Amino acid sequence: MRDLTDFDEAGLAAPPLLETRGLTFAAGGRRLIDGVNLTLRPGRRVAIMGPNGAGKSLLLRLMHGLLTPADGGVLWQGRRLDAAARAAQAMVFQRPVLLRRSVLGNLSFALRARGVPRHLRPARAEEALARARLTGLARSPARRLSGGEQQRLALAMALAGRPWVLFLDEPTASLDPASTHAVEEMLAEAHAQGVTTVTVTHDAGQARRVGDDLVFLQAGRVAEAGPVASLLDAPRSGPLRAWTEGRLWLPDR
Amino acid sequence: MPGLMEAFWDALRLIALGDADLWEIIGLSLRVTMTAVGLSCLIGLPLGAVVGAFRFPGRTALSLILNALMGLPPVVVGLGVYLMLSASGPLGVLQLLYTPTAMILAQMILVTPIVAALTRQVVEDLNEEYAEQFASLGVRRMERVAALIWDARYSLLTVALAGFGRAVAEVGAVLIVGGNIDHVTRVMTTTIALETSRGNLHLALALGAVLLVIALLVNAAVMAVRHTAQKVAYA
Ligand SMILES: Nc1ncnc2c1ncn2[C@@H]1O[C@H](COP(=O)(O)OP(=O)(O)O)[C@@H](O)[C@H]1O
Ligand SMILES: [Mg+2]
Repeated sequence: MRDLTDFDEAGLAAPPLLETRGLTFAAGGRRLIDGVNLTLRPGRRVAIMGPNGAGKSLLLRLMHGLLTPADGGVLWQGRRLDAAARAAQAMVFQRPVLLRRSVLGNLSFALRARGVPRHLRPARAEEALARARLTGLARSPARRLSGGEQQRLALAMALAGRPWVLFLDEPTASLDPASTHAVEEMLAEAHAQGVTTVTVTHDAGQARRVGDDLVFLQAGRVAEAGPVASLLDAPRSGPLRAWTEGRLWLPDR
Repeated sequence: MPGLMEAFWDALRLIALGDADLWEIIGLSLRVTMTAVGLSCLIGLPLGAVVGAFRFPGRTALSLILNALMGLPPVVVGLGVYLMLSASGPLGVLQLLYTPTAMILAQMILVTPIVAALTRQVVEDLNEEYAEQFASLGVRRMERVAALIWDARYSLLTVALAGFGRAVAEVGAVLIVGGNIDHVTRVMTTTIALETSRGNLHLALALGAVLLVIALLVNAAVMAVRHTAQKVAYA
């Protein structure tokens, strides 16, 4: 199986931020993630695609340390992924998880959980509100926001801890084009500030916009990985070719 | 049946004129029950929240026990507290039998499992929703419990109200440990039981009406809390 290091010329200079080695997750006797090898390099954005049930969400959870692999593992800067390492990561879930508090209350909670000292929190919260364009809604109950506003708040909460790596699970799946654009702008801004993003998406256009590299998953395995444009323009693997042609890929018997 | 009509009017007069005995009884009832519910919440909320938020050995058994204790028969609780507090019982030296304190204790034993079991359910459901986000943010254990309790605040308020409703209407336990002593341990329910048996219907009817109003108010409060929670979309 090829991994990103095979072609990632630009990133080769930098040591990997995160690597998965033979990463495997099994449940109910099925290998839902099956021997995945990936390398994340600082600043190099990754898009993950694949059909429903391919294991994209599971892969993010494993890399973020929310699930324990059955086999293989995740290395963070060459070492085992532990709680300290996870503090340098953040995740935006497919459906935003917001507390039953105001917008500001959510941000303060995230800052506190991330260990930001109390006296620094107000300024950091203000900054995060501005970044998410939610300043005017600071006092509103978070769960009354629109879908787009909720997702921007979830993103702002994830970024509030100034992570090195940000995982996003279909962050714009249920958003309209304007809200999608706003989320992508926040991602671009975060990337400009040095955050390495890993985004699961079903949208090839979005994959090109938020990814430098693309990983295409099929049934828990990496079917193909490489620079996003070359993969999408000239897919070589069966699953990705099937996907670009809009048909279901049926593996050989 | 002129006797009944007469009792009705007498009852109304008692309430309208603010009869001193009547208010003393209502006051003691509310004081006993509110203290008991307050103390039950102090124990039951954190206990239920911890059982709902964490996995540990024996957790399922503890949940089952809490659920089972919710249905404790009040007379059995009264008997148990009586045996503890009676002169020959382990806590006899405290001389608490037939005091309001004994009634508070009995109601606490009734209400604490209710508060704890309902809290566990509420917190467990909320934790299911929050768990991954909390893990991702690196929220520490005690902060997690506090956040879950705070975020479930509206539901937990209705839990406390449910406990209050049960305790204020309960008669078996407080009758056994309080003894229904005039001016000392007479509360609404025990007075109704006693005065009815004595044929003293007007006082029983007046207190029955007050108890009914309290029950209605508790239900109205529960609905108001739900409505507020919905309105601010915290639900
Ligand atoms: N915790 C779990 N236990 C067992 N099976 C799971 C679990 N989470 C997901 N699955 C299964 O694993 C497969 C991949 O799920 P997922 O990663 O959510 O796919 P997707 O690529 O659509 O995000 C699915 O078949 C799903 O039903
Ligand atoms: Mg998914």
